[in-house]
Amino acid sequence: MWEYTDKVKEHFMNPRNVGEIEDADGIGEVGSIACGDALKLMFKLNDKKKIEDVKFQTFGCASAIASSSALTEMLKGLTIEEAGKITNDDIAEFLGGLPKEKMHCSVMGRDALEKAIGYYRGESEKVKEGEIVCECFGVTDIEIKRAVTENNLKSIEDVTAYVKAGGGCESCHEKIQEIIDSTLGNSVPEKKKVPEMTNIEKIRLIEEVIENEIRPMLKKDRGNIKLIDFVGNDVIVEMRGACANCGTSQFTIKNFVEDKLREHVSHDLNVKEV
Amino acid sequence: MKPVYVDNNATTKVDPEVLEEMLPYFSEMYGNPSSMHSFGGEVGRKIREARERVAALINASPEEIVFTSCGTESDNTAIMAAVNTTPFKKHVIITRVEHPAIKNMAEYLGKNGYRVTFVPVDGKGRLDLDYLYQSLSDDTAIVSIMWANNETGVIFPVEDISRVLHERGIPFHTDAVQAAGKLSVDVQKIKADMLSLSGHKIHAPKGVGILYVRKGTRFSPYMIGGHQEGGKRGGTENTASIIGMGKACELAGKHLEEESTVVAKLRDRLESEILKSVPSTIVNGERENRLPGTTNISFEYIEGESILLMLNELGICASSGSACTSGSLEPSHVLRAMGVPYTAAHGSIRFSLSRHNTDAEIDFIIEKIPPIISRLRDLSPFWKQGRGNK
Repeated sequence: MWEYTDKVKEHFMNPRNVGEIEDADGIGEVGSIACGDALKLMFKLNDKKKIEDVKFQTFGCASAIASSSALTEMLKGLTIEEAGKITNDDIAEFLGGLPKEKMHCSVMGRDALEKAIGYYRGESEKVKEGEIVCECFGVTDIEIKRAVTENNLKSIEDVTAYVKAGGGCESCHEKIQEIIDSTLGNSVPEKKKVPEMTNIEKIRLIEEVIENEIRPMLKKDRGNIKLIDFVGNDVIVEMRGACANCGTSQFTIKNFVEDKLREHVSHDLNVKEV
Repeated sequence: MKPVYVDNNATTKVDPEVLEEMLPYFSEMYGNPSSMHSFGGEVGRKIREARERVAALINASPEEIVFTSCGTESDNTAIMAAVNTTPFKKHVIITRVEHPAIKNMAEYLGKNGYRVTFVPVDGKGRLDLDYLYQSLSDDTAIVSIMWANNETGVIFPVEDISRVLHERGIPFHTDAVQAAGKLSVDVQKIKADMLSLSGHKIHAPKGVGILYVRKGTRFSPYMIGGHQEGGKRGGTENTASIIGMGKACELAGKHLEEESTVVAKLRDRLESEILKSVPSTIVNGERENRLPGTTNISFEYIEGESILLMLNELGICASSGSACTSGSLEPSHVLRAMGVPYTAAHGSIRFSLSRHNTDAEIDFIIEKIPPIISRLRDLSPFWKQGRGNK
């Protein structure tokens, strides 16, 4: 169960300003049913150009409803300029904080507000700028960069919590990490260059790794290993001692022996049993 | 506020009779059943009785019962035993709607050189048997198919499947965690080589599970240790819980008929009343062939967590397949495998009943659901729009 603050619960159970405004000056719609949450925000200005009325409709979880309700309360009486300065953090703070996994609800509020202001200013709906990084939730590199900068996000998990990117199939995780690294000014570590080795050098190195890294571990379980041959990229080994008739020896070979050799010798090695 | 507990597929109340049977085995009769003194030996005798009671529930013999720590351990053990005893076979078959204990284990094997087949289901959650049978090969180390689904309650034809696999000589495991105590589970009829049960789903405590291993099945222990459980599972026995599990199985056998009469009736009434009073509501999964106490209902255009929290305010405990409740951003893998549209998947609620639920509780839920749903729909930007499209 999520740990919501009393204020989140209160705004969820008694949301303020639910509904629609017929002749709204600003309308902002974000999210979709597929994404799991969506918000439609509308406001109307008075003759002093201050927000007089504001209404919302939200599809989503308790924190999405509470964030929307909070935002409408915050907006009343503000000028457009003042409203434009509200950040997602301000919304979360107003509610006494949100669970990290739910920060995207406050981001949704901010995004809807931005769209509504854009609508008021007559800016045509912007075509999504940037390149889509997360296909599952349609999040672009620009959106991720912005979330990272504004909230000082440091991990993929953080990015997922704030803008949902990376929360689906996870195939974009590498790209998100690159964006985090470059945005926060970390130098992207260069991929370790493995110098080309001759076969003889490889065999020597394999023997060395077996001797120093692999055999001592196997011996702890009263097992042993012998290098039989090296053909192409296949390292042929024989499992001895307790390993020879151990039910999990296939796992040892694939998960331990092969991993060690790939790490220290070459990533394209395959370990096979005689 | 006394909770109205309709989340029995998640866990159940320990039956008072079970608790009573367990209590002496904490600080009075705390001996180790393996000890040579009669103080421990007496506990050993009680464990033998528990083993017999479990065996009786599923029509097995006591030597075929292995006590574990939970359903997940039983599931993991079954898969690893099959895989480790036939290391030359590199293919595993499961379904797309398995519990994470099987699904994530299979995915782990998939990352370690195994080919994994995920048998699909149709829109009603029914298994594609042709797909299953066509996937079988001489390379298949194990087929693991759940007896009944935890989210929808849909029952798979494990008897037919077990017969086909038995003839082909392919090891078959079934996760019967949700089926036990609700349906008749008879290993003489269902030719499974291994079968998992969990204590806390049948009114025993959490922390105890069962793996049934048919005599003659190739096996290697997952928990390596002492001679306990006939060498099939090391570790000093969780004596009190095992004894509780024995009692729970005895009670499950006694109350089995109530499930298909009393509990099914409560569920049917809850379901039909909700469908009658709330528009745009869909039952997920085949309604005919289903666990007696389970109903999975989608309330379109609203989100499950909101519904759960509103129910929670009234003391009603249920669960949801929505993304927000799982901590992930995607709705339940079971509903997605069934192709339930997003408009419905995010708003799915599972009510799972037990023999401890009452008519009054069901009345209470039937009364409280419609105002909650219409309140949330009034908040939703899709409600008017969605209905307009219809």
